[in-house]
Formats: sequence, C-alpha cells, structure tokens
Amino acid sequence: MIEVDVRGFSCPIPVVRTKKAIEDNPGTPVTVLVETAVSKENVSRLAQSRGYSVDVEEVEDGFRIILSPSSK
Amino acid sequence: MTRLLTPRTLIIIAGLIFGILAAFMVDWGNPSNMGICIACFLRDISGGLGLHRAGVVQYLRPEIMGLALGAFASALSFREFRARGGSAPIVRFLLGAFVMIGALVFLGCPVRAVLRLAGGDLNGITALAGVVVGAGVGILFLKRGFNLGRSTKTYTAAGWIMPVLMLGILLLAIFMPYFIFESESGPGSMHAALWISLVVGLGVGVMAQRTRMCFVGGWRDLIMVRDTYLFSAIAAFFIGAIIVNAALGYLDWGFTGQPVAHDNHLWNFLGMALLGLACTLLGGCPLRNLILSGEGDIDAGVTVLGLIAGAAIAHNFATTASPTGIGDFSVVAVIVGLVFCLSVGFLMREKIA
Repeated sequence: MIEVDVRGFSCPIPVVRTKKAIEDNPGTPVTVLVETAVSKENVSRLAQSRGYSVDVEEVEDGFRIILSPSSK
Repeated sequence: MTRLLTPRTLIIIAGLIFGILAAFMVDWGNPSNMGICIACFLRDISGGLGLHRAGVVQYLRPEIMGLALGAFASALSFREFRARGGSAPIVRFLLGAFVMIGALVFLGCPVRAVLRLAGGDLNGITALAGVVVGAGVGILFLKRGFNLGRSTKTYTAAGWIMPVLMLGILLLAIFMPYFIFESESGPGSMHAALWISLVVGLGVGVMAQRTRMCFVGGWRDLIMVRDTYLFSAIAAFFIGAIIVNAALGYLDWGFTGQPVAHDNHLWNFLGMALLGLACTLLGGCPLRNLILSGEGDIDAGVTVLGLIAGAAIAHNFATTASPTGIGDFSVVAVIVGLVFCLSVGFLMREKIA
C-alpha cells in the first residue's frame, strides 16, 4: 500500500503528489492523508478522473482518502 | 434534484453571478472595466490608509472587506474555519508584493484581465497569455518538487486576526476619520455606494469560499491535470460579464483608448507572467488568498498584507503603469520580481520520494 501524507500542504501540492504517486504506481491502491476539505475535494476529483474509486474516512486532523484502481 | 446541484453546476452558477455583478458594479459607480479587481481595490485600500500617496487611487473599497468577511462567515457556518499557518510566511509576503507589482504594470489582477476582455479591451488577451505562461513555468517547478513547506494548526485567535482587521478597515471606511485618504478625482473617486459594495463583496465572498474559485488555479489545473473545474468559473464569469456589458452598451472592442489601461503588449504580458508565476508558487490568485485569509489561513493573510505592501511599494517607487504607459521603473521591478520568483522556484524544492 502506497501512502502519501500531504497534511499541511496547501493547494496544489496535494494534487501534485497524488498525481505522481498514481502515475509511478499504476494499478496499486494509494492512501492519501490530507488536512483540509479543499484538498480532499481536489484529490478525489483527480483520482476519479483517472478512473480510481474513492473512499473518504474522516480522521483526527483531516481525512484519509483511499484510492483503488478500478478492476477493469 | 440534487443531481442538478453538483459542484460543477454550482461553480458555473457562482461564476456567472460574479461576472454579472462585476459588470453591474460599473453601472453602480465603480470605474470602467473595474467592477471588481482584487489588485486594484487592495491598491486603493493601501492608498486610503496612506501607505502610498497616489492621489487618484485612494479609497477603502468595501468589496475587499466584504469578500474576506463573507468567506469568514461561510467558513464558520460550514465548519471549515481552521486556524493554520507557518508555511514560509516571509516568502509568501514577498511573492504577494510581486504579484501586486506585476498586476500594476498591466493594471489589473487575473479577475480584471477577464473583465477587461469582457468589456472589449483586447489587452486582456495579452494579459491572460502572460498569466498562462507564468502558471506554466510555475507548474514546471511544482513538478520538480517545489513547495513552501507544511503549515501547522495554530491558535484559533490567530486565525481571527485577518477577519478582525478587515472589520476594522470596514469601520474606518464607514466612519472616515480624518487620517483616511479618499480620492477626489480619478478611479479612486469612482465607486458604488458603500452598502452595495459591501453586500456584493459578502455575497461573492460566500460563493468563492464554497466553490474555491481561483482565477490562476483555473488556468493551472487546465494545464497541469486537464481539470476544468476551476476554469469553468473563469469561463462563466466571462460570459456573465460580457452579456451584461453588451446589454448596458459598455462593449467597445480594441487595444487603444481602453479605460484605465495602456497597450504596451510586452510589459502587459511580462507583468502578468510575473503574477501568474508568483500566484502559482503561492497556490492561488489574489482573490483566492483573500478568501483563504478569511478561513483561518494566516499564511494567506500574510500574502494579503504582502499585496497591500506591494501596492505601496509600486506607487512609491514608480513601478506602476498608468493609462499613458508603463512607469519609469516598471521594467526593473518586473525583472527583479521574475528573478525572485525563479530563485524561489529553484531553491525551495524537496525531493519527492
């Protein structure tokens, strides 16, 4: 499991880091830790546009986003 | 029903309303093609507070206080207010100052660039090309690991400083103590009634906080991740403004003789390239930073203070353009700004694992 911790980074670093993680690890689930609702939305939108399904868990100090590649 | 109100449709509606209001603000008293301009209005506030002595651009623009306080109220009611900061504040302050210096060479922020184009001022095209190229350079830095570091949670009281400061400037605008400056001629003397400006600012502030609209981020995401979400606000804003301008008879196509504008293409382009790059390094346009400063992001607050200081520097050091052309020191200032931004981009990188 790849984990990307971008808590505390402001726009657009969470998207940049998530993009790199999913491009470097095609077909692998990626977990992203973000702090703000804005980052959660941005990362989710990127992942969905790349064909990942997105699960968001609210955790202390932010969100844990689990990106799973579609089974196709 | 809920399907109709996706984030995408909401940001398009918000962009349209913003564009319509921005065009109407001219009819209600604001300067031509300057219904709303975050850079110009912060510059006017800088003058109103006496930080620069350019007599024609001094007025405490209530739109600005409305935007920040609208974002503050919105963030509080949607439980998104989070006091945070500590991500390279001094770098952000200077980037903010150079954003303003670049904007005042063109005479407008990325919002006014779109608004000018929607009024027929074709110099808006040169300016937007500059924003896009600047953002493109910023993206190269982002891809190479550039960032300004993490922010951390801080005291809630610290997050309240910018909203309280904005409330203070609003009180100064209402009560006008004698040390506040107000233009008697020029753009600073042209303004809508205080309550109209304030209400429009508050409304747009709430919409911008909810939709995260950003007039540099829109171009950035389009290039970087082919994401059109933020861009759709820019497009909708343009459409809203151009329809109202056409209806009110304000459309006047051309490069020359445009209101509060000049047509030095090279420096319009480079001034806005400086702005596009600095904003991409900052993560948002002046509007977005103003909104974030109301949400408890004290780094964005520092950026806004940098924008205000930048306006003072720009006018005091003759780096601003005027309708007759660029200023005596515009060229030097833009070059210094580009060198600063490129240094930040090259030197503040970490290796991405």
